[in-house]
Amino acid sequence: MTTARIDARFAKLKQEGRAGFVAYVMAGDPDRDTALEILKGLPAAGADLIELGFPFSDPMAEGPPIQRAAQRALAAGMTLRGTLDLARDFRETDQDTPIIMMGYLNPLLSRGYGTFARDAAAAGIDGVIVVDCPPEEARPLAAALDAAGLSLIRLATPTSDDARLSVIVQGTSGFVYYVSVAGVTGVKEADADEVAPHVERVRKASGLPVAVGFGIKTPERAAAVARVADAVVVGSALVDEVAKAVERNELVTSAVLSKAESLAKGVRFARTGQPTKTTV
Amino acid sequence: MPLVHQLDAAYAAAKADPAFQGELRSFLTHYVGRPSPLYFAERLTEHFGGAKIYLKREELNHTGSHKINNCMGQILLAMRMGKTRIIAETGAGQHGVATATVCARFGLPCVVYMGAVDVERQKPNVFRMNLLGAEVRPVTSGSATLKDAMNEALRDWVTNVHDTYYLIGTAAGMHPYPVMVRDFQAVIGQETKDQVLEAEGRLPDAVVACVGGGSNAIGMFHPFLNDEGVRLIGVEAAGEGMGTERHAAAINGGRPGVLHGNKTYLLQDHEGQITEAHSISAGLDYPGIGPEHSWLHDVGRATYLTATDAESLEAFMLLSKLEGILPAIESAHALARIGDVAREVGPGGVVVLNLSGRGDKDVATVAAHLGRTI
Ligand SMILES: Cc1ncc(COP(=O)(O)O)c(C=O)c1O
Repeated sequence: MTTARIDARFAKLKQEGRAGFVAYVMAGDPDRDTALEILKGLPAAGADLIELGFPFSDPMAEGPPIQRAAQRALAAGMTLRGTLDLARDFRETDQDTPIIMMGYLNPLLSRGYGTFARDAAAAGIDGVIVVDCPPEEARPLAAALDAAGLSLIRLATPTSDDARLSVIVQGTSGFVYYVSVAGVTGVKEADADEVAPHVERVRKASGLPVAVGFGIKTPERAAAVARVADAVVVGSALVDEVAKAVERNELVTSAVLSKAESLAKGVRFARTGQPTKTTV
Repeated sequence: MPLVHQLDAAYAAAKADPAFQGELRSFLTHYVGRPSPLYFAERLTEHFGGAKIYLKREELNHTGSHKINNCMGQILLAMRMGKTRIIAETGAGQHGVATATVCARFGLPCVVYMGAVDVERQKPNVFRMNLLGAEVRPVTSGSATLKDAMNEALRDWVTNVHDTYYLIGTAAGMHPYPVMVRDFQAVIGQETKDQVLEAEGRLPDAVVACVGGGSNAIGMFHPFLNDEGVRLIGVEAAGEGMGTERHAAAINGGRPGVLHGNKTYLLQDHEGQITEAHSISAGLDYPGIGPEHSWLHDVGRATYLTATDAESLEAFMLLSKLEGILPAIESAHALARIGDVAREVGPGGVVVLNLSGRGDKDVATVAAHLGRTI
């Protein structure tokens, strides 16, 4: 079972008494080779899990940073197959860091859920987050992923009441993704105090670790959320580094990885305070 | 998306409330100008030499199209839900104008998202919306057309759902929108049914409507679904031709997929990326179609034909000359197939065409295609 990788990672984090840092990057952004370099560098930069976005023409839950990342990736020719190839190449150097694919349903539907799930498992993918899955499609998608040993990671929001929550987390595995602000990615900022009681609610309803994302951009904010959540997801701030580096004609990989490193430090030492001697 | 659960519940309650229905009926009568006439197009009928052709005159509604039927229903619902800000998407600007109109009438602030490309193509409608007090926000993301305007409106909605109501303009999007928009447009088919029974003492052999997202067509079709002798015919935009990639025919030229929270026929590439629609009529320029049409197609209850830009232009001029009515270029797509349908049904039969809008907004487009300057 591939889900084992997610469970093992959260068990390790629990043992270390800290939250995990989840780095979101877009497959193929700004091009395939650079994206692979970034992926391969993320674990050493402190990413405990990786969310690998696959591009879609109409990313309606995304704010401008990830919208643009998807457009860059599509312009560079990235596809669903290409995204899986990236993951497979990453797995040559890393067997332990879970990879969660994140994106929209239509490319998966177009490929066929069963084919996609088998190929994804073979490429070393551990879970999938689908932002726009209509209710009638959730069951067949979950069944196909399940059969291949992949988790369909569910999204909970501030407006999911307890009744909705119990429906959302039914039969889920791995972890639950708590969307911390009402809105799209990369615009509003998350407030750790507001997030805390919701995280507790989602933990209780699901019995699973809770990752918090949307609206976390700085190491300070990441640290604050890391004190109340099991994992902290940062996406827009990382893909913005791609955009900035491309624009200034600077090295994309080092820009993204150094940003990831500072965010990872914020998360890693959130509960214990920054150590004076050791670094990540 | 929990926000749609709230909307679903609110709409179900409103639908069952006689006070809501009464208020809606009153505004449709006194503000929109319903019922719209069912007009026997004598010269058009003679021209084709087949079945009698009736026109359902939705172009005579306030603001010049069927769009206002839906806007009136949804704005009353929005106010009932206590929402204080209205947003909408628009392609040609017809739905944007209708939304801006009801917002002005009820004193609510209105933001209309419109693809930057469409803002350029439809300047008079942008100005009309401004005159009505609406703010038009050009959308530059993606292909900067209708689907991107819809994406942007959805982004606004999820961010501001506490006070904002998203007034979708066609029978697409996530549940309950397709059902709700269909219900508000079904007044077209209900009136048609009564009017044709009165005029002919029988039901029509066929009803014909153009299909963009599908709201005017489903509004015409729905009351006839159980009348098996009535053929339901939708006409999609074939743009520069079905043999090219430049069309907007989701059923005839697409395949099933998921966009904007519903499963339906979509224009898409082999990777499942949504492709751009192309049509002379901005109102049909949407890569999807309402899910109920996909279902009607799959079960064979409705038939979906196509009409090209050129055929629609010809039909536009034909109706102008024969009946003294300038049709919207969208409606002209249905007109482009009415001759075939009327001849197939034959003399002694009765067909109804839904004239969804008037063509004043299109005179510049038509002139440009004729190579004329005005
Ligand atoms: C006059 C007219 N007819 C038809 C349409 C197409 O929309 P629908 O398919 O939802 O009726 C439009 C859209 O703008 C329109 O303005």
